[in-house]
Amino acid sequence: MSFALDVAAATLRLGTPLALGASGEVICERAGVLNLGIEGTMYAGAFFGFLAAYETGSVWWGVPVGVAVGVAAGWLLSWFVVTLGVSQHTAGLGLTLGLIGVCDFVNRLVVSKNSSALAKIRPFGQWDPFGWGGVFQQYWLTYVTFLVLVPMVAVLMRRTSFGLAVTAVGENPEAADVAGIDVARVRRRALLLGGGLMGLAGAFITLFQVGSFTLDIVNGRGWVCLALVIFGRWRPWPAVLGGVLFAAVTALQFRLRILSGWSGVPFELLLALPFLVTILALAVSGRGARYPGAYLKPYRRH
Amino acid sequence: MRPPEADHPPAVRLSGITKRYGGLVANDQVSLHVERGEILGLLGENGAGKSTLMRVLYGLTTPDAGSIEVDGHPVRMSSPAAARRAGIGMVTQHFSLVGPMTVAENVTLGATPRWIDRRALESSVRQAAERVGLPVDPTRRIDDLGVGERQRVEILKALVNDCRVLILDEPTAVLTPVEVVGLFATIRRLTEAGLAVVIISHKLHEIRALCDRVAVLHRGRLVGTSSLSDVDDDELVALMVGGHHSTVPTERTEPPTEQPAAEPAPGKRLAHPERSDTALAVAAVVVEAPGSGGRRVLDRVTIAVGRGEIVGVAGVSGNGQTELVEVLCGMRRVASGSVHVGATNVTNASPAQVIAAGLGRLAEDRHGAIVPELSVAHNLVLERLGQFRRGWRLDETAITRHAERMIEQFAIRAEPHTRLGTLSGGNMQKVLLARMLSGDPVGLVVAQPTRGLDLHATAYIRAQLVAARQRGAGILLVSEDLDELLSVADRLVVLSEGRIAGELAAAQATAETVGAIMAGAA
Repeated sequence: MSFALDVAAATLRLGTPLALGASGEVICERAGVLNLGIEGTMYAGAFFGFLAAYETGSVWWGVPVGVAVGVAAGWLLSWFVVTLGVSQHTAGLGLTLGLIGVCDFVNRLVVSKNSSALAKIRPFGQWDPFGWGGVFQQYWLTYVTFLVLVPMVAVLMRRTSFGLAVTAVGENPEAADVAGIDVARVRRRALLLGGGLMGLAGAFITLFQVGSFTLDIVNGRGWVCLALVIFGRWRPWPAVLGGVLFAAVTALQFRLRILSGWSGVPFELLLALPFLVTILALAVSGRGARYPGAYLKPYRRH
Repeated sequence: MRPPEADHPPAVRLSGITKRYGGLVANDQVSLHVERGEILGLLGENGAGKSTLMRVLYGLTTPDAGSIEVDGHPVRMSSPAAARRAGIGMVTQHFSLVGPMTVAENVTLGATPRWIDRRALESSVRQAAERVGLPVDPTRRIDDLGVGERQRVEILKALVNDCRVLILDEPTAVLTPVEVVGLFATIRRLTEAGLAVVIISHKLHEIRALCDRVAVLHRGRLVGTSSLSDVDDDELVALMVGGHHSTVPTERTEPPTEQPAAEPAPGKRLAHPERSDTALAVAAVVVEAPGSGGRRVLDRVTIAVGRGEIVGVAGVSGNGQTELVEVLCGMRRVASGSVHVGATNVTNASPAQVIAAGLGRLAEDRHGAIVPELSVAHNLVLERLGQFRRGWRLDETAITRHAERMIEQFAIRAEPHTRLGTLSGGNMQKVLLARMLSGDPVGLVVAQPTRGLDLHATAYIRAQLVAARQRGAGILLVSEDLDELLSVADRLVVLSEGRIAGELAAAQATAETVGAIMAGAA
């Protein structure tokens, strides 16, 4: 019983950055922009969030800085793909590579210098608002993510004129334009918003889970979010649930590795398990997925 | 019937609207007004500038010169949003609806309150729909609707926004006859309440059935406005296809008179199409629209083009012209019937086989036929790379030499190594023309060869087509420009709804006779 509770608690913890990243990516892609900068944006959120906490000595500073860096990354991408109409693949991958490079460079200059000692901050502790323990023993941002942010994104997309405008510019920008919607502005705002959520996802890793910054700390979780969006058919809740599924398999394999009965199984295989499950889930659910109508297409009025 | 102009400023007044695209003048000093409660027909051939003018009014296109007044007040139509605020609504030719969203969402798009209550939205849309007499179910998804219903949604969308001037761009093109009747009844009812309507069409009988007044555009200029009771159809057709201020040389480009005995040839060929050696032939060709359950886009079409003959295909676009060209080029399969190039049967053959049989093609969409990143020289040999090889490598010397020859012969303004994408439309078309003709083809399929080109390039391309005919090629010329067909073709075939609606020798054809077949059958 405690094993199951333990896995469940870890699932929500591990699922938090995925839920944030996938929600952010849903907003971008619904507006017709494939944000391949997500991996780099999460990385920058993780690093600069950590840097702010490290330099100020207060972990609380890390949260707004992580979000702000994510918004800035979203703005940069919007300048390339919305204003200039550059290929979304090129701009997104370039943004990811560039941000990772910048973070590693600044880390070397400011944080790690030449010392081999790992710089550390005191991360946020866990929080148990009800005093029930077990699954309820979580970071505050995990609560905020699943109870506030994801529902807000879902409501935003489904119940507000902004969400309707985002869907319209992602499906048929000509129609949106004729209806008097400023296509570029809506897409830019979607990217800013999505970027902010991705930056927060990155900051969660350093400020909550780890308490330090190491190279390659995001470790492909941004790419997983891309798959989750397709898995969730561009809807926030299903994408987030996909993230929870991925996190559950990850949490399970962590525990399996230390169980004596599983010592015969190579741990690399267990490590790969979440990704195998993702591929399987995508193969099953991704078939016949209907992409947004204006996916990858820059909009120019002729 | 209508209040005199002095009391009311017109609902909309356009003054001196001019819009140029490169060298092409789409609108030339057009001034026009619409009264409240009036239905104005905007008539003209394709490319006459009707849509451009209306896009200017709706803020989708910024004019180079001219001004717009709504109810007597000057308004700058900087965007569709500005136009909507000024009370202008437009139903574009290609619908602007978001497929996966519901009717209610589409209707309120751009004017939705910050927070959406779907129930309230749907009931308000339902009420609005009933008020204007356009029954649609607001909860249905656009993707699940038929075209007639989609159009009702479009009109509703324009109307809910406190619209005082409604623009309809070829609204009947996609409708069945029953739906057209319903649409016209709706429009009339709306104008009784004071709405001004501008309807773009090139179907005369529709304009006559619906409109109070008509304005005719020809090559970007307003060539006449009149109350419909003051003009007859012949005058309108003449204005539409001829214009008063026509600037393109429309005299027939006669073949050089080295063979005066062959002068009545067009008429003879009409009588005996198989007499001369046939260059291109489609026989009883049937093409079905994919996924339509057998709806025929070409219905038993038979056309034979002899060597040394130009057969023009006239008709309103969307009546099977594109499919006919695709069938000949090996791009579309036929359900039955046969296709020949010269003596070779190329029914359902691949494009490569069709080219090998001696077909030259000048595609409707010239950008689809070139590789803009490659040089002029490489584009020129793209269809015949096999002939420009040395071993496994391309013979660049021969390619460049070939390009130099073509550039001189066709007066292309470019160097062999210029990137094709940097050329003007006219020069691009000359490259394609050179590519087509250098293979010494038996038959040519030429679609809209001069669309969007300036006068000079237009004249040049037409002259080259005539020259190719003199060298013995058979040409099938598909064009929406009736003047073009009349000036180069020997024989005309009019396509309507996938069938041949009429066929006549060019010698007997005039703008009026062809226009009447087009307007009558379409």
